[in-house]
Order: sequence, then structure tokens, then C-alpha cells
Amino acid sequence: MFTHLLSLLIWLPIVGAVPVLLAGSARPMLARWLALLITIATFVISLWLLRYDPNGSVMQMQETHVWIATWGVHFTLAVDGISVALILMTTFVGILVIGGAWKVIQNRPHQYMACMLLLEGLLIGVFCATDALVFYAFFEAVLIPMYILIGMWGGPRRVYATLKLFIYTFTGSVFMLIALLYLYQKAHTFDLATLAALPLTMKEQAWLFFGFLIAFAIKVPMVPVHTWLPDAHVEAPTGGSVWLAAVMLKIGTYGMVRFILPITPDAGAHFAWIVIVLSLVAIIYIGYVALVQEDMKKLVAYSSVAHMGFVTLGIFMAFMLVREGGNTEMASLGMQGAMVQMISHGFVSGAMFTCIGVMYDRTHTRQIKDYGGVINMMPWFGFFYVLFAMANCGLPGTSGFVGEFMVILASFSASPWIALFATFTLIIGAGYTLWLVKRVLWGPVTTEHVRHMTPMTARETWVLIGFAVAVLIIGVWPQPLVHLMDSSVAHLVQQLAVHKI
Amino acid sequence: MPTLHDILTLLPELYLVAAVCLILLLDAFMKPAQRPQLHWISIAVLLVAIYLVVAGQPEQTATAFNGMFVRDHMAEILKVFALGLTAVVFVYARPYMIDRKLFGGEFYSLMIFAVLGVMVLVSAGNLVTIYLGLALLSLSSYALVALNRDALLPPEAAIKYFVLSALASGMLLYGMSMVYGASGMGGTPTLDLAQLHGVMAYTTAPKLLLLGLIFMLVGIGFELGVAPFHMWLPDVYHGAPTPVTTFIGAVSKLAAFGLAWRLLEVGMGDLSRYWQPMLAALATASLVLGNLVAIVQTNFKRMMAYSTISHMGYVLLGLSAATPEGYSAALFYVICYALMSAAAFGVMLVLTRAGFECEEISDFKGLNQKAPWMAFLMLLAMFSLAGVPPLFGFWAKVLVLEAAIHADMLWLAIVGIVAAFIGLYYYLYVIKVMYFDTAEEGAVVEVKADTSLRVVLSVNALALLALGLYWGPLLAWCQRAFGV
Repeated sequence: MFTHLLSLLIWLPIVGAVPVLLAGSARPMLARWLALLITIATFVISLWLLRYDPNGSVMQMQETHVWIATWGVHFTLAVDGISVALILMTTFVGILVIGGAWKVIQNRPHQYMACMLLLEGLLIGVFCATDALVFYAFFEAVLIPMYILIGMWGGPRRVYATLKLFIYTFTGSVFMLIALLYLYQKAHTFDLATLAALPLTMKEQAWLFFGFLIAFAIKVPMVPVHTWLPDAHVEAPTGGSVWLAAVMLKIGTYGMVRFILPITPDAGAHFAWIVIVLSLVAIIYIGYVALVQEDMKKLVAYSSVAHMGFVTLGIFMAFMLVREGGNTEMASLGMQGAMVQMISHGFVSGAMFTCIGVMYDRTHTRQIKDYGGVINMMPWFGFFYVLFAMANCGLPGTSGFVGEFMVILASFSASPWIALFATFTLIIGAGYTLWLVKRVLWGPVTTEHVRHMTPMTARETWVLIGFAVAVLIIGVWPQPLVHLMDSSVAHLVQQLAVHKI
Repeated sequence: MPTLHDILTLLPELYLVAAVCLILLLDAFMKPAQRPQLHWISIAVLLVAIYLVVAGQPEQTATAFNGMFVRDHMAEILKVFALGLTAVVFVYARPYMIDRKLFGGEFYSLMIFAVLGVMVLVSAGNLVTIYLGLALLSLSSYALVALNRDALLPPEAAIKYFVLSALASGMLLYGMSMVYGASGMGGTPTLDLAQLHGVMAYTTAPKLLLLGLIFMLVGIGFELGVAPFHMWLPDVYHGAPTPVTTFIGAVSKLAAFGLAWRLLEVGMGDLSRYWQPMLAALATASLVLGNLVAIVQTNFKRMMAYSTISHMGYVLLGLSAATPEGYSAALFYVICYALMSAAAFGVMLVLTRAGFECEEISDFKGLNQKAPWMAFLMLLAMFSLAGVPPLFGFWAKVLVLEAAIHADMLWLAIVGIVAAFIGLYYYLYVIKVMYFDTAEEGAVVEVKADTSLRVVLSVNALALLALGLYWGPLLAWCQRAFGV
């Protein structure tokens, strides 16, 4: 079993979607329980990933299956510390998403659950593929269940939002496809390690860099191609938003680490300033945009864009630090921070969207002005909401702090100015988050919507406890997570230092 | 006198001629109550023909009648898929034909004649054989398009098809005669494709040869349905009875690929530097026009017609690479396209019943509520047509794009990519209608299909997924045909 651990993790949810679908609309409870059991099983199996040895070789648990021999495509899977952390996050979030949608989805729950399982399997696939074409296939296939998910169970403008999501991200990815095909011409393989070792001229690297950057920047999403995200979030059902924010955005930054960094290090270093500027714009400008939002989901969506800006900042800061100062220590710190921020944002944003979902299920509105004094009706909910809000604005002791701190620290050694701009996030983030909390939770109950809110059910409580545990553990004791990714990050930074020209 | 070798090489075709005569006789002498048996007999005939093609395939390329007829791996693949897909069309067609009182021997015999034309065409080693096969295919197709002669659209479509096709055939013949003439100037005139291959080296009339090539390209363009020779396609797709549209969409495209390859590579391979840019231009025009015009269609058949135009553009992408890799990619693509369009039309046929043509895209509204399985099959077909991994259509696109890049035509590959995401819109629109819209009152979507239709359609659509996950053997088969 454990020689095929990664395959098992990918295919268990995907194949598991079939019986869930077959359980049919006639037996929705059976479909729900099946889906829950499959996600729990996937999570439990994924715990074996912890056997990953941070002191051993970088890529572990490798699997190679010949897929298309005539074309040199192998179905190769392997994980490093970063993948392990992301996969564990995915499988954990998977359980919470299914739990969160338990009774909420009444319309065709079996199809909903099947979509969720499909998404989970495909996302795990993205995180373990070490063949570029396999990666691409998983990367793109994620769009299929996401399209259905938002389109079928979304809000009133769901069709517009889901089409926008699909066309934006698909368009970006085809540039990556061209880049990959070009690389295939040179290397006659899609194996990532081989592609990383391929000598490329600066001109080639520049073209490839932008091919990859467009694809991943849209997925992250970076300013100015972020506009699909608020639309998609607002219209998506809660579960869809959670997947989107918690995991799907990460495949963009993960792709940057897996493709841009090793394949085009010189072009990456040369153009790093573009990404750094865009990241800072995301952090500051999008932070301000979040401040004025009137829809809670939109607010959190924009805050996601800002937080993902930290991830891209950390990654490309590392380019700058290694290439300009030879400061590998700080580069590692920045990269490390970016990776921690990815995991942390997965849990925090997932939790925020779940909280909004909990309120939305009771009131059917997401407008901030329809709320006020929610704490009076749902005290426990208020507790969780404040906790996640604090994590969202990076309070020490929560997971949000760790990553941001590391990235800011690293960028300070490159340029105090960049650090200064990045630090703005602490103020703006605190601004929009606390103001949101103030308007939603505190104060007297003023609207009819809130007056009819009922306390949390046990199911909802468990889901939020799940998120809270993750957020607090990473916040209080990030050492195991950092240690898990340590050697992988060091390896990435080494790759940065390689000049290909 | 034909030798035994000639006869054996031609065995599948000869068998099919005999079988179709038998079907005509049976049709004439059968009692009305027994006539439904024709359906199964015809399918059995096709399956035996597949067996004969595969079993009798020689290791080496075999020729008969002094090179008039060639039996090679490429022909084998195209024949197997043409015969198989015709059998699939028969299964899809049965309820439709019974509902419309079109069920009868002429449908089956005409279809088998048409597929015989395909077989002759793809095995042609000589310009005359090419024309022979093409004529057999087209003449049967005209009659098939007009099969529902009492309805309004089919006769109109058939006449359009006939007139334009006759014009295109004329162009092709004219081009062939020029090529023949050019081969005679400075050497012995020849119609044999293999001998024409080197004609540029000795002919004293290279301009005449090139002019002939251009005229032949027009004919090829018409058969493939690429812009700007595509005008007949939407009308014929729209006007023909849906099973016939399925046949034209799937099987005829296989034949058109065979035609293009025989003429361009076997016959005119020496002139590839001339026809390469022309094909690239045709490909660009088809990709752009097909995808842009498809967006505004409200009729499903017309949308599929314009989508065909764009897909044939991708086939040209592979062909214009003019390398064995390019040809195998194009062959792979055309097979993939045939399977995808058969699946899409198949779902449409399931939803069509007496007095109700399911052909507007809006007829699919809320299909997921009424028939989730059919909606799922259509979803597979649409995502595959759009080229979303991991479905079959994606890999076919990757292969032709790779071939184009390999042939130093990066710009053409980029055109192909841009066209792909324009095209995405209308395929997603169909899915949107099926899954996100609720069915209107009155617009009844009723699934009426016999078991054989359901099973074959499911296999057809699921094959798009299965081949998407495991396309190696098919690619190897296609590559072997061109000695990659």
C-alpha cells in the first residue's frame, strides 16, 4: 500500500466520487456519509506522509508509472516537505468542507459531494506531480468540478462568475502549455528534474518565464488579473469558496515554486522586481479595496488577494536576495515564510468563508449592513469568528503571524522600503478585519435578520473547531511545520543560485 | 486480369460490395415485419468488415492493380474507425429513423456504399482511384442528406451540398488534370501518386504543376470543410437528418483526412514547401472563423458545424507540419474529433423524438434534472471538444500543437491556442444550459432510447475519458502508420 501511497491519495477521492454519485438523489444521506467516510479515509491515509524524512533526500515516496511511452510521458509522483504540508492541509480541509455542507446543500447533494471529492483528488494530484504534463492535466482538470460547483449551487450571478473563472484561468494556463511544449522540443521529456537542468538562453528563459507567470499569476491571483476571484467567491457556495481560497489559489504559487524557480532562475531574478511591485500593490491597494467592501465574502476575497501577495513577495524576494546579495540565509527565511503563509492562509481563509457560510445559512444575506450584534445570538460563533479574524490580520499566536513576520523580516534585509510597504498590511489588515468584526458581531441587535439567528449546531461547531485547532497549532508551535519544509526550501534556494546562462 | 493477390488485397472492399448487394436484395424481398432485422444485419456486416481489415492487414504495404490500390497502416486505421463509427451511427439512428418513418433498406445500403467510398478513397494509390472513392462517398451522401424528402430543410440542404460539392469535385479534377499534364511534360504522363511524387524534378512545366496543386487544395479544403471553403457545411449539418449529420461529421472527416494525406504527402510531398504555407493560412482562417461564428449560433447543429470548421483547422495544423509526427498527430486528431462529434450528436439523437427535433441549444435546458446521465455524457463530449484535460480532446490538441512547434511554426501554434480559448465559450455555454438552467415549462426533454443506443452512447462518451487517461496505444498505432 505504501509504495503507492500518493496514487492512493489521488485516486481514492476521485474514484470514490463514483459511488457517491450513484447513491443518487433518492438517498442523499447515504451520499453524504459515503463522502464523509471517503474524506476521512483520505485524511487518515495522508497522515502516512508524515513519514517523510526532512533530513533525507528532497523528493521522497517516488512513484513512476509509464503512461504514454511513445511520448515520454510518465505518471511520476513524488513529494517534498512543501507538498506534504499542502497535501495534509488539503485532506484536512476536505473533511471540514464536506462537514460544512452537510445539510446546507439540499439540491442534488450527491452531485455536490461528488464534485467535492473530485476536487480534492485533483488538487492532491497537482501537489504530487513531478511530470510537467501530469501537473498540467491536474491543474486544468480542477476547473471542471469548480465550474460545475459554482454554476450549479452558486448565487444569482453564478453563471457569469463561473464562466469568468473558467475563461480567465484556462486562458492563462494555455500559455503555460505553449511554454511546456517548447521545453519538450528541447528536452524530449516532461520530467521536471530534467527540465530544471536544461540550459536555456536568457531570451528563451524570458519567454518561458512570462508564459508560466501569466498562468500562475491568474491562478494566485495577482494584481491586475485578480478580478475573477471576488466574483467567483461571492457567487460560490460556501464549500466552493473554501476550496477556492484554501487550496486552489495555492496551486498558483506552488506552480511558481515548481516551474519558474528551477526552470527559469535567471529570467526570474531579472524580472523579480515586476512580481515584487505587483505583490506590494496587492498588499496595499487591494487591502484598501477590501476596506470598503459591503459584502462580507467580497471583503474576505480581497483580503485573500492581499495575503497571497505576501506569498509571491516572499518567493520573489528570495530571488532578489540570492542574486543580488548572495544572502541565502535570508532568502530561505523569505521562502520559508511564503510557504508557511500558504498553509496558514489555507486554514484562515477557509475558516473565514466557513464562518460567513454559517451566518449566511441563517440569514441569506452577506451584506455587512444586515448584521450587527451577532454575538448576542451566537456567542460561541462570535468566539470563533474573532479568533479567525485575528489570525486574518496576523496577530501573534495565530498562524497568520508566522508567515507574514518571516516574509517581512527577509524583505527588510533586501530593502527596508519594501519591508515598510509590506508592513502596511498589518495596519490595513487590522483595519478591515476589526471593522468587519465590529460591524458584524458587536453592538446591539438591530436587524430582523440577526434576531432570528439560532446558535451553532454541533456539526458547525466541530467544523470550526477543526479550523481553530489548525490555526492555533501553527501559530503557537510552527516549528514542526517549518522543520518539515526546511530542507525542501533550502533546496529551492540552492536552485535559485544556479546560473543557467 | 486481376490476380489472386489483387483480390485478397481488396478483400474487405469486395466483401462489402457483396454484402451491400445482399442487403438491397433482402430489403426488396423481406416482409415488412422482418425488415427491422436489417439493422442488425447491417451492423454485423460492418463488424465482419472490421475483422477483415484487421486480420488481413499485411505487415508491409501491399498494392493491388499496379499501384491503383494501396493497403497500408494508415488506411487500416481509417478504415477501422470509419466502419466502427458507421456501425455506431446505425445504433444511434434506429429510433430516429423509425420515428420519422425513414427506417428502411435504402438508409443502410446508402450508408454502407458511403463507407465503401471512404475505404476506396483512403486506400487510393492513383488519382483516378481517389476520384472514384470520393464520388462514391459524395453521391451516397447527397442521397442521404435528402433522405427525409418530405421535410422542408433536407432537400434544400442536399441541393446546396450537391451544387457546391460538384463544383469542388470539378476543381479537384481540374487540378488533377493539370498535374497529369505537367507530369507529361518532360516525362511519361502519370496518374500514379507514388510516381507523381518526384515530378517536380523533371517537369518542364512547374507552374502548371503548382496551379494544379492549388486547384487540388481547393478540393481538399472543401472536403475537410475548412475556411474559406466551408460554406456548405453549416447548411448541410443543419438540414440533414441528424444521423446523417453524425455520419458526415464523423466518418466523412476521416475520409477527408485520408484524401488530404494521399494527395499532399504521397502525391505532392515534393512540393511541401509550397503547400505548407497555404495549409497554414487555411488553418488560421478556419480556427478563427469557426470559433468566432460558433459563438453566436443558437442552433446546436450549426454550432457543431462551425466547431467542425475550427477542429479541421487543428487537423491542418498537424498536416501543415509536413512531418511524420505531424501526420500522425493529425490522424490522431481526426479520430479524436470523429469520436467526440459522434458522442455529441448521439446525445442529441437520444433527446429527439417524433415531432420534436432537439436541435436548439435551449432544448438542453435543465437536462441534468431530467436525465443526469445524458447530461454527463454531453458534458464529457463538450469538455473534450473544448480541449480541457484530462479528456481525449486535450491530448489531441497538444499533439498537433507540438507538431506545429516542432515544424518551426510557433505562431501557428499560438493561433491554435488563442482559438482554443475563444472556442471554450460556446462549449461551456452548452454545459451551462444543461446544468445551471432550469427546464422551461413545456420544453419537454424526454429521454427515449433503446438499450443498445444507451450502451453504445455511454461507451462512446466514456471512451473520451478513457482515451484521455490512456492514449498511448492509439498514438503508437497512428505513429506506426507513418513510420515514426
